[in-house]
Amino acid sequence: MISIKNLHASIGDKEILRGINLEVKAGEVHAIMGPNGSGKSTLSSVLAGREDYDVTEGEVTFNGKDLLELSAEDRAREGLFLAFQYPVEIPGVSNINFLRTALNEIRAYHGQEEMPAKDFLALVKEKSKLVELDSKLASRSVNEGFSGGEKKRNEIFQMAMLNPKLAILDETDSGLDIDALRIVASGVNKLKSKDNATILITHYQRLLDYIVPDFVHILYKGRIVKSGGKELALEMEAKGYDEIKKEFEIAD
Amino acid sequence: MSLVADNKSAVTQTLLDQLQSKSSKVAFMPDAEIISAIRYLEDKGIPNNKHEDYKYCNIEAVLRKEFKSVEQAFNELTKADIAPLKIDEAINLVVVNGNYNEALSEKMIVKGLTVKSLNELSSSEKGLLSSQAKSDTDALIALNTAFTGNGLFLQVDKNNIIPMPLHVIYVNSGNSSNVTNTRNFVNIQASAEATLIESFYNIGTAKVFSNFVSEKFVGENAKLTCYAFQNEGALSYSVNTNQVRINKYSNYTNNTFTLSGELVRNNHNVVLADSNCEAHLNGLFISNGTQQIDNHTLIDHQMPHCESNELYKGIAKDKSVGTFNGKIFVRKDAQKTNAYQSSKNILMSDDATINTKPQLEIYADDVKCSHGTSTGKIDTEALFYLKARGIGEESARKLLLQAFAQELIDKIEIPSLQERVLNLFEKAL
Repeated sequence: MISIKNLHASIGDKEILRGINLEVKAGEVHAIMGPNGSGKSTLSSVLAGREDYDVTEGEVTFNGKDLLELSAEDRAREGLFLAFQYPVEIPGVSNINFLRTALNEIRAYHGQEEMPAKDFLALVKEKSKLVELDSKLASRSVNEGFSGGEKKRNEIFQMAMLNPKLAILDETDSGLDIDALRIVASGVNKLKSKDNATILITHYQRLLDYIVPDFVHILYKGRIVKSGGKELALEMEAKGYDEIKKEFEIAD
Repeated sequence: MSLVADNKSAVTQTLLDQLQSKSSKVAFMPDAEIISAIRYLEDKGIPNNKHEDYKYCNIEAVLRKEFKSVEQAFNELTKADIAPLKIDEAINLVVVNGNYNEALSEKMIVKGLTVKSLNELSSSEKGLLSSQAKSDTDALIALNTAFTGNGLFLQVDKNNIIPMPLHVIYVNSGNSSNVTNTRNFVNIQASAEATLIESFYNIGTAKVFSNFVSEKFVGENAKLTCYAFQNEGALSYSVNTNQVRINKYSNYTNNTFTLSGELVRNNHNVVLADSNCEAHLNGLFISNGTQQIDNHTLIDHQMPHCESNELYKGIAKDKSVGTFNGKIFVRKDAQKTNAYQSSKNILMSDDATINTKPQLEIYADDVKCSHGTSTGKIDTEALFYLKARGIGEESARKLLLQAFAQELIDKIEIPSLQERVLNLFEKAL
């Protein structure tokens, strides 16, 4: 699905990613954990195509294509989805209009015709149930006046609508109460299949109780310093990141 | 009429000479008024950028450069020319090159509504003229007064509500460069109500300097809702002056949409002359190329318990220049005034310019007044969010600009006008 090799990225003069290697296959769920400032969000931003970062070294192959050569919109059209840590409020653009535009531009990219309005609305109805999103929210402006939980549910709703191959969930658990977390996690679990993959980026182990990862990676100072199974997340939760910090500080 | 020789501006003198030999005289404007207007013009000249109010809008330079000679030659227009400009829901009235054209206008008898040319004014009605637009206050008003066409008089008698909008189509048909001076008077009497759409077009083949002056009077407890639809095209240079006076318990709203025009200067001056009245001024423009769109407003709160709201938004592309200069006066007696003003602009290119100048002059001590202005580029976070969902750069920009303009487009309560504005706005994006 996605193969990241020796990825280095900086913002201005500051190098944030310093040689990331990661291989994610279809059907897998990977969790990337790490302390604040380790580069988690930078990784998701670089993969999604945010232009604030310079990739200085390394390569990323996504379904056989050179991901780094593609514009942000083409990455999305190729099936990459980033659930934002801080979903952006866009006053004046309705959720529905936004999603219809997105869906149809993705379809056009694949040589498909626009989805008929009736089918589109049926899809909205079906997918909004998945994250228990009030249908009224669909007609409101994108994320405007949404609570923190509604914003995150809206991200998963969009993911359900666009049906990506690879979903990167950037701190989707942050700012969620336990009920919202359950709803979001159950939505993600229902969307999981043998043909798609998920990367969960999180600070805490809590989310991983609900979405169980196949692999857990610890990111520290721009590198993956440790990888393992789901038990690694529990170990981190128990010990905290201090041990990692001590162990890898010297290597800095 | 002889002109004094020691004129201050050669441009003004040339213009006066050219217009004087070619303009037909109107019956309603007294000679004394015309002479004093010309004197004022000779004395002050057409404003250039040294004039504080015209700092970003050098009318003199435009006249010098684009209107060296004025031929005043026009094409005849037929109903077929006007048909596409009409608005279905409205009574469509047509003013061609400054003159009310009854033959091209729709005739409809509506209770309480008077529609006639200014030449047909009774002597008492003539007294209303120039009561709001005084030629010794502004050179463009003076120019209009001196050479005004036979414009339109609209009146709604007291206690009458006009059920459909009135649509005045101001159209220029010049086939050589020309200056038109269009004038009208709108009189909404006590407890009357009307909606007025004013559309501005140039379907001629030549450059036009259109100098429009409208006097609007909103009587006690009356309501007037106006829309200005400005789509005059690249050959058009226009100054539109609205002198509005509103009275006790009245409500005046104006929404201006500027979608094309090489130079568009709007002077919108509203006097809130008595207590408990409200004025709402809104505007949206999108400019490209080398267009210059300049909105000047003056809200004059003279009496207590009144409210005014202003919301102006602009999108400047290419090398275009947009200006908002909004002045609010709150006079000594205007206690408990609520006055709000907001101007928001988006710059779409490094060569585009936005000038904003909010001015509050407050002489009363118990008032709520605020103003805000912001100018920036398109929100890059929002742009990235849209792109990250597969929406291409261009569609994403359009979505965001539409969203920016939506609250103003939503203010249009006439569906076909809204559609017209939206279509042209989308095309201009």
